[in-house]
Amino acid sequence: MTTITINGNQQQIDADPNMPLLWVIRDLLGLTGTKYGCGVAQCGACVVHLNGDAVRSCVTRLSRAEGQQIVTIEGLSKNNDHPVQLAWNEESVPQCGYCHSGQIMSAAVLLRENSNPSDADIDAAMAGNICRCGTYQRIRKAIRLAAELQRKEGTNK
Amino acid sequence: MSTSNISRRKFLKAAGLSGTALFVGMYFSSNAGEATLANVETAENSDIELNAWVHVDTNGKVTIFSHRAEMGQGVYQSVPQIVAEELGVELKDINIRFAQGDRQKYGNQVTGGSSTIRTSYKNLLRLGATAREMLIAAAAAKWNVPVTECTAESGHVIHRPSGKKYHYGEVVEAASKLEAPKDIVLKKRTDYKLIGKSLKRQDTPLKTNGAAVFGLDKKLPGMLYAVVERNPRLRGKLQSFDDSAALRVPGVKKVFKIQTGVFQTFRDGVAVVADNTWAAIQGRKALKIEWDDSGFEHVNTPAIYQQQKDLLNSQEGLSARKQGDADQALASAAQKLDVIYETPYQSHSAMEPLNCVAFYQPDKLEIWGPIQAPEWVQDYICAQFKLPKEKVIINMTFLGGGFGRKAFMDYPHEACLISKETGTPVQVVWTREDDMTQGPYRAGISYRCQGAISDGQLSALKFRMAGQNIGHWQGAPKTQPNRSTTESFLAPYYKSIKHISFADVPFETPIPNVWWRSVYASTNGFAYESFINEMAHLAGEDPLSFRRLYLQDDRCQKLIDKMEEVSGWKTKKKGDGFGVAITECFGTTVGQIVRVSRPAGGKVSIDKVWAVVDCGWYVNPDIIHAQVEGSILMALGAATIHQITFKDGLVEQRNFYDYLMPRIHDMPKVEVTVMDNEENAGGVGEPGLPPFAPALTEAIFDLTGKRIRKLPFDMKTI
Repeated sequence: MTTITINGNQQQIDADPNMPLLWVIRDLLGLTGTKYGCGVAQCGACVVHLNGDAVRSCVTRLSRAEGQQIVTIEGLSKNNDHPVQLAWNEESVPQCGYCHSGQIMSAAVLLRENSNPSDADIDAAMAGNICRCGTYQRIRKAIRLAAELQRKEGTNK
Repeated sequence: MSTSNISRRKFLKAAGLSGTALFVGMYFSSNAGEATLANVETAENSDIELNAWVHVDTNGKVTIFSHRAEMGQGVYQSVPQIVAEELGVELKDINIRFAQGDRQKYGNQVTGGSSTIRTSYKNLLRLGATAREMLIAAAAAKWNVPVTECTAESGHVIHRPSGKKYHYGEVVEAASKLEAPKDIVLKKRTDYKLIGKSLKRQDTPLKTNGAAVFGLDKKLPGMLYAVVERNPRLRGKLQSFDDSAALRVPGVKKVFKIQTGVFQTFRDGVAVVADNTWAAIQGRKALKIEWDDSGFEHVNTPAIYQQQKDLLNSQEGLSARKQGDADQALASAAQKLDVIYETPYQSHSAMEPLNCVAFYQPDKLEIWGPIQAPEWVQDYICAQFKLPKEKVIINMTFLGGGFGRKAFMDYPHEACLISKETGTPVQVVWTREDDMTQGPYRAGISYRCQGAISDGQLSALKFRMAGQNIGHWQGAPKTQPNRSTTESFLAPYYKSIKHISFADVPFETPIPNVWWRSVYASTNGFAYESFINEMAHLAGEDPLSFRRLYLQDDRCQKLIDKMEEVSGWKTKKKGDGFGVAITECFGTTVGQIVRVSRPAGGKVSIDKVWAVVDCGWYVNPDIIHAQVEGSILMALGAATIHQITFKDGLVEQRNFYDYLMPRIHDMPKVEVTVMDNEENAGGVGEPGLPPFAPALTEAIFDLTGKRIRKLPFDMKTI
């Protein structure tokens, strides 16, 4: 039995401790926002936050999450209103949408670490997330907007 | 929700919609509290035929169905945006639902060939307008006023003189008893409130919080998960397997042989079923399998291209289109060119790997999945399992990309075979490696291009292609040329160039292939438009001016005007590399200009891409922009980054570490312009792809003098 906290809820998981978090999250907990894309840490569709760090859940074993805090796309905000989510909606970023849970989770960590990323910063931070539909131009634009929204939010607080 | 507390009446069967299976239907609830009428599952159980894009409940809630697969191209938005315009409702006030697969209700639902809007928009407009007129007529009758005093707006019928209004739910029952009006007047384009506007996609919020349900996200009570170890060589047979270790993996329930249809052939595999995906994958790794590969030709990529080249140099092939006498013109021409272009095999590699849920029950077989062609799946499954259509139910989820691969039937077939064996709902999941190594692929095609300049004029073009014909997999006669040999080539060229010949030199390998975004235009376009650029240089002309000379129809001239205007083509500076290409694909012409540069001591890079799109009538400009941006990136990957190769009958690439994808730093700046005119709608999802590679290689030629005739090439090595 492994205890993890996911999106604020403590869960007891009865599974092989070697099972990747991706499948724990999707098949055992039924949170399907986190996607399977490659299984080998190449595409970023499975990115979740583990104690605030962006990790690829397809190669992160359940045992590593024992007693840790995990946040998935479903837990990023209550009302789809994290600055990154707001910006993604404003810039109409997704096409098929499959990779965007991972894109958004990666972008959220970038913006926490760097409140005013340059295009080069964005490219470096987002290079691990593949989008086959080719929404990258909008991802850059949305991250710049999210940075702006985040700064405004900070000012309002 | 049981069916007994709902009454539905089809109020209109608009037989006047010519030549299609489109119908308008409106359904209402006898129970005002029941606002979920648009539940196709229960509707399916009713005895009333459901032929509907539009449902209205008695509370006035309008549901519009999208009858095509949503794989990123935006039909979840554009179909309702069209219907809502004529129906007189706001997009924010409606529910949008996916229709089930049923050609009796919706006509052709095969989502391919960028066909949704261009083939159905006129009927979608008419059915929205028909419903609106009937709601107006019902309200006018209730008020006892002339219909001419009433209008429809934002889900209400309004009596203008008195200001009285009914919401649609208040008049839908009365409307349901009226005859459909025959003479429908459609709105003028200038009066549109929704069409032509960049209204935000209704599926975007679902795709930013994990709520959108893709095929892989479908869960059913008691559902098991399956993966399949398939013979890595098509037509190889399963000799034996040992499942003892697999069955010891915790969570693994069952292991058995399956044979899945791949066109007219079957692919042997061993299915491992478990209570979660990971356990199934672990069980599969523990299988011991002996394959018999004697039935498969052990194909190698270099041999494929050598054979194509030999064929092109020795055979005339099957004539696909001919005017004048290109051979004669070539023989007598003062200046001529004869070159070969090569394009690679490609994988679709949608981000959502193939997967499908099926539940085989005694009385029905139901499927949920990322499916581009529900009716083909239904036909195929009915034939394979000898079931009548009414017992095979196809539900479409969101697709995490499709690009043509998800219009194929193998993965739904697998899910059905496995569910039949387990007796439970089952989701079959393809790993990324399965998705990449099993195909079908876009065929790699070689082209021999010959052209003649006489008296400074482009007098002859002779094109031959050698590559696999998708049609042959579906039984097209091998004595006939590939019907797509001319795809991407612009029709006005036929008027201005006297001698033109296209031929298909038959070439076969056992590698399965299928449509890939923009299909043959994705490879033809590179060869034909690159060659037009080469002929321009041979004639001593600027490549864009050269096209102006030979594309003398009004739409092309305006497109070229716009391309010049947006790109600054005429004011290009020394050190800029500018390239151009224009292709036609699924009723839409796209011209692209690429600018490349090389800083002193640096590598060649793309500064910018300008795309000008003439797709005629259109719904949502922002979706067009997005599709073209994405098509360019996909074309960039296929031209400069990845390819599928074969060694000894096996695919050499397995995952994104050796079939590299373009990433955010590879994305060039793209500026899209959409032409405005009154022409019929063309496609949008694919036509932005074909012109990119020839425009890029021309830009590189302009900058460096190096002509690239083989894809993919590495930008870093130029």
